Amino acid sequence: MVDWEKGNVQPFKKKFCDDSLAENNLKKNLRIALVGNPNSGKSTVFNALTGLNQKIANFPGVTVDKKTGTGTLIDNDGKKNEAEFIDLPGIYSLYPKSPDEEIPFRILCDPNNELHPDIVILIADGTNLKRNLFLCSQVIDLKIPVVLVINMMDMMRYKGIAVDYEAISQKLGVPVVPMNARKGEGLAELKNALTQALSVSEKEFLDIRTFAPEVVDGIISTVNVSSNYDAFLVANNLHIITNFEIQQHKKDKIKELCVQHHFDAQKMQARESLERYKKISELMSESVSQVSALRKSYTHAIDNVLTHRVFGYLIFLVILFLIFQSIFAFAAYPMNLIDSGFAWLSSQVKDALPAGLLNDLIVNGILAGLNGIVVFIPQIALLFFFIAILEDTGYMARASFIMDKLMRRFGLNGKSVIPLMSGVACAVPAIMSTRTIQNWKERIITILVTPLMSCSARLPVYTLLISLIIPNKYVYGINEQGLVLMFMYLIGFAAAIGSAWVLKKIIRMKERSYFMMELPLYRVPRWSTIGLHIIEKVKVFLFDAGKVIISISIILWVMSSFAPGDRFKMIEEKYHQPQFATMSQQDIAKEIKSEKLQSSYAGIMGRVIEPVIKPLGFDWKIGIALVTSFAAREVFVGTMSTIYSVGDQGATKLTVREKMQNEINQDTGAPRYTFAVGLSLMLFYAFAMQCMSTVAVVFRETKHIRWPLIQFLYMFALAYVSSLVAYQLLKP
Amino acid sequence: MLLSELRRGDKALIDSFTDYEASLKLLEMGCIPGEEIEVVRVAPLGDPIAILVSGYLLSMRRDEAAVVVVIKVIR
Repeated sequence: MVDWEKGNVQPFKKKFCDDSLAENNLKKNLRIALVGNPNSGKSTVFNALTGLNQKIANFPGVTVDKKTGTGTLIDNDGKKNEAEFIDLPGIYSLYPKSPDEEIPFRILCDPNNELHPDIVILIADGTNLKRNLFLCSQVIDLKIPVVLVINMMDMMRYKGIAVDYEAISQKLGVPVVPMNARKGEGLAELKNALTQALSVSEKEFLDIRTFAPEVVDGIISTVNVSSNYDAFLVANNLHIITNFEIQQHKKDKIKELCVQHHFDAQKMQARESLERYKKISELMSESVSQVSALRKSYTHAIDNVLTHRVFGYLIFLVILFLIFQSIFAFAAYPMNLIDSGFAWLSSQVKDALPAGLLNDLIVNGILAGLNGIVVFIPQIALLFFFIAILEDTGYMARASFIMDKLMRRFGLNGKSVIPLMSGVACAVPAIMSTRTIQNWKERIITILVTPLMSCSARLPVYTLLISLIIPNKYVYGINEQGLVLMFMYLIGFAAAIGSAWVLKKIIRMKERSYFMMELPLYRVPRWSTIGLHIIEKVKVFLFDAGKVIISISIILWVMSSFAPGDRFKMIEEKYHQPQFATMSQQDIAKEIKSEKLQSSYAGIMGRVIEPVIKPLGFDWKIGIALVTSFAAREVFVGTMSTIYSVGDQGATKLTVREKMQNEINQDTGAPRYTFAVGLSLMLFYAFAMQCMSTVAVVFRETKHIRWPLIQFLYMFALAYVSSLVAYQLLKP
Repeated sequence: MLLSELRRGDKALIDSFTDYEASLKLLEMGCIPGEEIEVVRVAPLGDPIAILVSGYLLSMRRDEAAVVVVIKVIR
């Protein structure tokens, strides 16, 4: 009698079933879920139990990752058992308030869920038992076997908290294991407790049936639930239960039942919370004592400095500067190494394979795409090194605390500062770092506006264009070119903040969101946890975002390597004619490459979009660069130099900058790259979403195609309109 | 008075809530009527605030604190 919905197993399985877990089902491994409040040390226990045997996958439709892992349990007879562990997102109760919090609810409360555990390890922060036991008592009342871990023994000793574990165990009817997970203390005891034949506690912690006997009984006879409390939760959370989980007609029946017996979900939930806390207070008064008076803790002293009105901001600024410097400056060395490594590999492959389409696909499609993915790793690793430290020490919550009011005006969160600043180096790691923002609306807005910050890939574009349109002059001792460059950075920042403000007004969220969060005690960071965190982030990027990036890279390669009909053949034949005989082989190859690009599908697209971009002051050559630089903005420079190598005749060895400078606008007879065109083009690059890696990572982080699409469109509109206005106002 | 009206260092007992939906989240976080709380910290810009409740530091925005009716403890 343990299914929500027995007759409807198939479609449900299809939706949530994970292949690896299905395999494990056959082997009949124990499935053990880790459940606990945020900051309870849940991930530390998970890491200790599984080590490096971890796997990250997706839960459909939410932003949290599904972390599973395997570990070996040895029972008293020395028999080894493989167990499958799953680390569930941190929650405070079984009443979900966001899509992420619905995951533990569905898994724990629906006995038919593919991931429904055999055992729950409930991790409780021992320094904060009252609030942690609240969730614990709820899970116990689901009648799932529970092992309660009381974690952070070291901090409990520091705070002078003494706990009678035996008494708690008796009162709750579950085994209790004291742990200091950071040091691995208590791990053996936990593993041992897990191997014991676990049974559920006979008595309920809270006799929930008395709250609404008719409703509870009615639900039990309609769907199969694991306990009275589970039935009560079904009634309370009916609005989020899908038709896969409980069929519509049964939901209707439950709804009717609730109406008939005047079941007020909010009142019931409030009453439950009050009575639960009352019982927990009784339990705590009998089994927990604070032997020494709470001394003025070091956390309090550190907070006096870190949330100080002057030092707080100064220190935060220094930390930001350090992060910014490292991803901007230090990451450059490994990134150059990766780039030259791939350049070497490309030239090796190019020479080793016979010339032709396959060679070109591998070198310019696949290897170029791979290079584009791998090159992000140093920045991601560095940024997450810092973020993991900030999170693990407890500082991140303080940064949010002091910055929140400022950022909230723009629909952002105190924690949005770090992604926004990192966005100046690269939007990809920056967007991945928005996970720390719990508030869903503020996280989405941060993700949507971060790519407007001027990233390092825009730098080569800006540099080239600024050198074309701005004289290298000094005004009052200030370099004009440098001034314009700074202006481009400021305009990116202003656009990000402004868009956030507008998005705040537009985006409506179904759920009410809360800022409420714990300011955890300061802790020394754990290097192993930080290492695992970095590995996890890099893996997610490589395998999830990487797929999208390489696909787009190949599509772009196809577009610039193929032309309709026999155009390419005609170009080749043209250069075999006698008038080109005087040119060197190298120059001919260059010219052919350029002409091929111009007549390829990408070239055609450049011409097709010309009428659309003409009001911005762009011609079809710029159009081609816009198309190819969708892969990454810096491709603009390369494409430009390929396009402008035509007509060179090898006579003049001009740089791409000089060639662009000499380009004449056919309509006006004046130079092509006027101030108006240059500025318009820079504005376009400042605002348009021309980075497939960002698109891929936004999709990965929001798990919905809607957000990258909205982002692409609004950024494109912003780019188009501002370029249009700038060109039309400034054109001669 | 309301929790949002307390100053740094003030102690108070939680009395009731003015918003039903928001109270559910507060209850979960251990803000139970009868519980003693202390405003330990106010962010430099005046918002959010951090209170000591059930033995831990909970930070919340002022508008979230504005649904909590408290009785100030006068020392």
